[in-house]
Amino acid sequence: MSLTPEQIQRIALLARIEISEAEAHATGGHLNEIFKLIEQMQAVDTQGVEPMAHAQEFSQRLRDDIVSEADQRAAYQAVAPETEAGLYLVPKVIE
Amino acid sequence: MIEKSLRQLGQALAAREISSVELTSLFLDRIARLNPEINAFITVDREQSLAQARAADARLAASAAGPLTGIPIAQKDIFCAQGWTTTCASKMLANFVSPYDATVIAKLHQEAGMVSLGKTNMDEFAMGSSNETSYFGPVKNPWDRTRVPGGSSGGSAAAVAARLAPVATGTDTGGSIRQPAALCNLTGLKPTYGVVSRYGMIAFASSLDQGGPMAPSAEDCALLLNAMSGFDARDSTSLERPVEDYARDLEKPLAGLRIGLPREFFGAGCDPAVMAAVQAAIGEYEKLGAVSVEVSLPNSHLSVPAYYVIAPAEASSNLSRFDGVRYGYRAPDYDSLDDMYMKTRAQGFGAEVKRRILIGAYVLSHGYYDAYYLQAQRIRRLIAADFVEAFKSCDLIMGPTSPSTAFKLGERAADPVQMYLSDIYTIAVNLAGLPAMSIPCGFADGLPVGLQLIGDYFAEARLLNAAHRFQQATDWHRRQPADIA
Repeated sequence: MSLTPEQIQRIALLARIEISEAEAHATGGHLNEIFKLIEQMQAVDTQGVEPMAHAQEFSQRLRDDIVSEADQRAAYQAVAPETEAGLYLVPKVIE
Repeated sequence: MIEKSLRQLGQALAAREISSVELTSLFLDRIARLNPEINAFITVDREQSLAQARAADARLAASAAGPLTGIPIAQKDIFCAQGWTTTCASKMLANFVSPYDATVIAKLHQEAGMVSLGKTNMDEFAMGSSNETSYFGPVKNPWDRTRVPGGSSGGSAAAVAARLAPVATGTDTGGSIRQPAALCNLTGLKPTYGVVSRYGMIAFASSLDQGGPMAPSAEDCALLLNAMSGFDARDSTSLERPVEDYARDLEKPLAGLRIGLPREFFGAGCDPAVMAAVQAAIGEYEKLGAVSVEVSLPNSHLSVPAYYVIAPAEASSNLSRFDGVRYGYRAPDYDSLDDMYMKTRAQGFGAEVKRRILIGAYVLSHGYYDAYYLQAQRIRRLIAADFVEAFKSCDLIMGPTSPSTAFKLGERAADPVQMYLSDIYTIAVNLAGLPAMSIPCGFADGLPVGLQLIGDYFAEARLLNAAHRFQQATDWHRRQPADIA
């Protein structure tokens, strides 16, 4: 398998990372080396093996639907790039 | 005072031989003097440290102190600490002052009363094995300043090795506590997944990440783990288990301990000088009454490939939160919301982090999910099952922590695959979720070598016991770099 610069641009778009053509070209070499390493997995017969998502088998805990944390909006918004009236500001998305 | 163990420091504080303010100042002065070259710390805040030390002295005076109250510690900059800049060694968070404490931070400082000396350097978002991916520049190994300290907890390792801190915290996703511990002559412990809370520990690969102690000795690690661990309702993967004293078995004799030596860890691929030190350490264990048995981890060669699917997949999801909206860096110029995301992430993340996000996005994308992500998870189960099988015939598994000693700065930075193979012996442990340690076991060409000890689930006390008895019979862990006075 070998990723083309176009495929890399497509993945970068999915990941919302802008990359230039030159970067796509440069990172492509590294990514293809890494995928060569990853390809070793394909030779292994894993039929019937249950995928393991987590180290411990457990089910998610449930809690009562009650307020458990104090309101910290002001503190949490103080570290935001741009806020107004308790809202996060982003570029306009609907005209 | 800078040579003392946690227990000795606790006794000195309790006996009023020294105050926490004096002890903290001693280490802060060392940091001021030695850190400009070693670069182990990203953030030092003398006033906040001394305020914590004064509070600890008050607790000591009021006889409200625990065994660690007043003792300074360095915190890996992956742990959110309220009022402290918490960068994860990324431009993305270069100016992020955390509004809250990670559970580990709250436990160590508010509950145990330890004093933070500052936030240590690391690979950006813990992605690396050399500390060279940090936005804040590489850390130098105190044993040889032309070499890396290992990573990702390289700043914590270098800080303790140079005695800029008595002990430190680290995190380990694929070897990030054990490998730098090995390269800097420290004792480091990665607990069983779920033993230490991940709340407030900036997420890299959530099913693998685990915090743990880094210190000169196993005894120090046991005391720190006592203070760091425990159930936390704020971490959905935290395990509800009875509280343990991890120091309870330190002195237990090792007679009859069965040490499993996986034949896959003793073949080609390891520096012969490293292997010689590891073999000698196993000989020492046999003198202490342990017996070695050969075991096999037949799928261990697949751990690096499977890890480089699973960890990037989880990272690409976790790091989607860095979008320039709620915290962290935002690009200065953009012409739409999407453009803001794209430019913020392009400018805020370094090359290795971007590479891993791209790998993750690819292996999770439509048409590739089964072939890569699910296949990696199936192999993960095979790797975990190998350990279950091996532990039927042994109590602990041992082998090298790292296939080489500390390598030169820049030597592997341009070759990601070469760098990834630095963790060839450590990654399988994270995939299985087992506890493991690295302890100093000798030197090769003047550079430290680490012995890895892997335990069955929740066998931390047994690991610490084996490490402690070894450290009573040897003095490798007491050796210090030459020029740190």
